[in-house]
Amino acid sequence: MTLWWIGDIVLLVVILPVVVYLLRGVLTAADGIVPTVGEIAAVAKRGSQDLDAAPLLLTTRDQVEQTVAGVADYGGSLDVIVDDATDEEGGSA
Amino acid sequence: MIATAVVAPAVVMIAAVVLIVLALVYYLVATIVALRRISAGLDDVITGVGEIIEKSAPVNDVVIAINEQLDAGVDLLEGLLVKKAGLGDAVGLIEGIYPGAAATGLRNFPDSAEIEPPRIGEVYTKGTLTLARLGREAPVAAASPSGGEVLRNIEGGSLAARSLYPSVRHTSPERLPRSPVIGSGAPVQYEQRDDIGAPRKRLPARRP
Repeated sequence: MTLWWIGDIVLLVVILPVVVYLLRGVLTAADGIVPTVGEIAAVAKRGSQDLDAAPLLLTTRDQVEQTVAGVADYGGSLDVIVDDATDEEGGSA
Repeated sequence: MIATAVVAPAVVMIAAVVLIVLALVYYLVATIVALRRISAGLDDVITGVGEIIEKSAPVNDVVIAINEQLDAGVDLLEGLLVKKAGLGDAVGLIEGIYPGAAATGLRNFPDSAEIEPPRIGEVYTKGTLTLARLGREAPVAAASPSGGEVLRNIEGGSLAARSLYPSVRHTSPERLPRSPVIGSGAPVQYEQRDDIGAPRKRLPARRP
């Protein structure tokens, strides 16, 4: 009978607080993750919005191609019009 | 009496177990709710990251293509500059336009970094450079209306050299039509003829 009472006391004084302590720790950790995940989701959404301009790189690429082609044409014309440098002018051409 | 004494600790134990179970239920349900929120938040994260991956997928190839084009442009301009001005003058021109840039040298000409850049302070034409080399004592320079030292005046530069030539283009009227546009965007495209400079295929007909 005495042992039974001792068991009840241990159950109420030791086991129940330990269980509550551990479960509260798990709940606190889980509640702490929720806002962090929310912030990560917001950052990911903003990062995605920042990349909305990425397709403009295709336009940039096309314009760079056209510009370099124009420079090449212009350079070709200059190559015909302007004389090459000679060795006396310090050139290596 | 004995039965009551036996039942009392059993009731206390049952109550303790019920308390433990209630605590388990409360905290586990709360934890489940929190985990559901985390799961929903991670779904949003995955959606955002998926969009980032999808949008950034072609960026690498596009940037590589742009860099290749720009590299080709740099190669073209460097090669043309060195071909037309010579390596030394090219370095001098670069130093004149971008002070300190000559120390880096030209990308396709590693030896250019070791060249001491000549002092060329203005963008010049070949004629201007030729006149500048003649010096202030040269007859063409002595005939200069500004006293024969315009070409040594680094602030005058190529604009001052224009005064050596009898030209109405830069005096009056102030604006005349510019030189014909050249290049692929020119209004008139001239094709290079292969027969120019080649021997005549047949002699011109003689007069009777």
